[in-house]
Amino acid sequence: MASQILDRNLHIKAIDCYIDPAVPRARAIITHGHADHARSGHEAVLATPDTIAIMKTRYGEDCAGRFEALDFGVPLVIDDVTVTLFPAGHILGSAQVLIEQGGQRVVVTGDYKRLPDRTAQPFELVECDLLVTEATFGLPVFQHPRPQDEIARLLASVSANPERAHLVGCYALGKAQRVIGLLRDAGWDRPIYLHGAMLRLCALYEELGVPLGDLRPALDVPKAELAGQIVIAPPSAIRDRWSRRFPDPVTCQASGWMSVKQRARQALVELPLVISDHCDWGELQQTIRETAAETVWVTHGREDALVYWCRTQGLDAEPLNIQGFEDDGGEGEE
Amino acid sequence: MKRFAQLLELLALTPSRTRKLAALTQYFRAVPDPDRGYALAVLTGALTFRNVKPALLKDIVLAEVDPTLFAMSYDYVGDLGETIALIWPHHGEQSDLPSLTELIELFNTTSKSELPKLIAALLTRAGINERWALVKLATGALRIGVSARLAKTALSEMSGVDLQEIEEVWHGLKLPYTELFAWLDGKAGRPDIDQSQRFHPLMLSNPIDEEKDLAKLDPKDFAAEWKWDGIRVQLVLGGGSVSLFSRTGDDIAAAFPDIVDNVQGLAVLDGELLVGRDFEPGSFNDLQQRLNKKVASAKHLKDSPAFIRVYDMLFDAREDIRPLGWSERRARLEAWFQANPQTRLDLSEVLPFANWDDLARQRRQGADEHGHEGVMVKLRTAPYVPGRPKGFWYKWKRDPNVVDAVLMYAQRGHGKRSSFYSDYTFGVWKGNEIVPIGKAYFGFTDEELKLLDKWVRANTIQAFGPVREVKKELVFEVAFDSAQESTRHKSGVALRFPRINRIRWDKPASEAATLEDMAVFVAAS
Repeated sequence: MASQILDRNLHIKAIDCYIDPAVPRARAIITHGHADHARSGHEAVLATPDTIAIMKTRYGEDCAGRFEALDFGVPLVIDDVTVTLFPAGHILGSAQVLIEQGGQRVVVTGDYKRLPDRTAQPFELVECDLLVTEATFGLPVFQHPRPQDEIARLLASVSANPERAHLVGCYALGKAQRVIGLLRDAGWDRPIYLHGAMLRLCALYEELGVPLGDLRPALDVPKAELAGQIVIAPPSAIRDRWSRRFPDPVTCQASGWMSVKQRARQALVELPLVISDHCDWGELQQTIRETAAETVWVTHGREDALVYWCRTQGLDAEPLNIQGFEDDGGEGEE
Repeated sequence: MKRFAQLLELLALTPSRTRKLAALTQYFRAVPDPDRGYALAVLTGALTFRNVKPALLKDIVLAEVDPTLFAMSYDYVGDLGETIALIWPHHGEQSDLPSLTELIELFNTTSKSELPKLIAALLTRAGINERWALVKLATGALRIGVSARLAKTALSEMSGVDLQEIEEVWHGLKLPYTELFAWLDGKAGRPDIDQSQRFHPLMLSNPIDEEKDLAKLDPKDFAAEWKWDGIRVQLVLGGGSVSLFSRTGDDIAAAFPDIVDNVQGLAVLDGELLVGRDFEPGSFNDLQQRLNKKVASAKHLKDSPAFIRVYDMLFDAREDIRPLGWSERRARLEAWFQANPQTRLDLSEVLPFANWDDLARQRRQGADEHGHEGVMVKLRTAPYVPGRPKGFWYKWKRDPNVVDAVLMYAQRGHGKRSSFYSDYTFGVWKGNEIVPIGKAYFGFTDEELKLLDKWVRANTIQAFGPVREVKKELVFEVAFDSAQESTRHKSGVALRFPRINRIRWDKPASEAATLEDMAVFVAAS
């Protein structure tokens, strides 16, 4: 049974190793660098080279006792267990974990998306017996539009409001670089201005081979010069005191949550951009079908709806309530 | 429809009133009749469909979506219209929807049995934004933060016609407002409407400034009445037909059949709607119970009968007497009551007073003994002028009650306050815990707001979405008009018109008021 390999706390029993543990552990596999998955203080961390670089940048060189880098697609054999990482397409370095033991295959997706993204290695489908999937957007109301169309809306607003600055709220890791990449693909070659919290991670992406074009710190740029420009900042900053320095800013936010207009309204977002680094409802269903898994564990988000749907499809499904990952009603890092 | 959908989205997401007005003005200028007229009707809530209702939309979706998944989604989104627009599972070849006018005609002319098919096909061919607007149109619940008043203000800005003049004709207009737009565009005269049989905007008062105003005003020029704690209404008696309007011109006749069915005559009257037996007003709470119901229940009619305390007359029969002075209008009103005996209307008493000190004494006494809100002071020669003209009507409220309460939660404000924590929930002690008694967002200066914002940020213990819970350490002196029992608040107490009187940086929270302290205020009202 595949569920003998992994328990409901994502603990690989045979090798005493946890996936994305919430508390410091002796051995951890980290799927990607977001704070709700990558924490500091583990003794040994196995991850992709990009994820390790991100962790070191965010938490310091010694945020784990030791690091072991594992490239995508390279099997690592420990006793009778084989661990292989496959791209999850979520952010740079993000991985799904395949665990094989006794002819059974278990995949833990971590966070993932299936749309192309030039700032992350593209998602690869991995067939398995037990699939542990995230469900951040696990409700049928989430049907993400094409990100290119959302960027086109941003650029249309920029040209319609040349006297205003556009402040785009993005998480500093992943979303910011994706939005910058999409802007570049859409032909926006002007400088893009960054909040201080974005600088280090954008520099790291460039070092890791993801070109982002002309990026400049927004700090100390005279107010008038920022009219008609695009500024990327963490979501918390765009509605905060920090935003008062910009000329009559249009507050934008790039997130899958932005499809719900009443939410955007409450968050005082004037131009919501529905750009997500997670699968929408249809893609979650597609993935579950294509992996051919017979057992599905659902975590991270609106588990109930996806579990309900899996059961209507005759699959053995249940929600995981992993400690440290309880949904607090917050709309976490994307 | 595309243009209208864009307008709705912009209105929903733009916090700035100025920008909303600019968008509305631009729309009304650019879009031809009758589309713009129907848009105006949608925005002012004047449009309803006989057969297209929220329940129909829900049925159409439930035919296509698993009900359990729909329920989970609705629970998450919290807005029926938006849930329907987001969850619709079919997406065909996208094409623009018909115009607003064509859609409204389709909704009105399609048979009940054909409507589901029609609407499903429209949902399938629409892009997400048009789908959202279509569902908003069909369910009638816009929830985009635009009032009828704002839409009319845009008409005024677009045309240069005074807002007051637009309000004057508004309630006699017919859809899709082509007459109105022709007038606003300067292509036709003002629409001709029977002036005596519709809602007329109300005359409002200014607060009296005891130090500045009283010294200048001669008491002999003024009449005084009690200020009643009910709701302001306008009663339009058509000699057979009766309309009852709230202060904003909403027809509330259906909620008060006990009044509407028992009044007669030909006049337009201004007064205070109250509940109670034998013209003895009960608490505002009793009135609130009735206001919450769109249609009155038998129990309410029996337990809380309504009446109107009349204090002014706008039309005597079909004659517009608004240009006359208050004294003349009052004389007409008294004569009208003589000629038209009433069981649900009575005259507001005029209070004789010798001088301002005398009136001040009566005001205090009225507040202490009868819970009166204060007195109204009206210039005897003043005509009836809609709006809030200066120097004619004054309200002289009783001194506010104050209580020391502890700040519990803070929320960010809107508009120019959007990055500041400016909405405050405060509470009083109940044993060892603090329970909320109210919420206020004014009463402090901009400088104080900056300090409060900083304090909130430095003393947050938890955040729930836009709300921050703070350490229970900061005391506000809160002023309020009255306190009432409330089942909605955990404390069991609700305040009327609470505002921050002073910030007591010096006062420890342990010295704030207790729930027992509040009991005297509740008893007094």
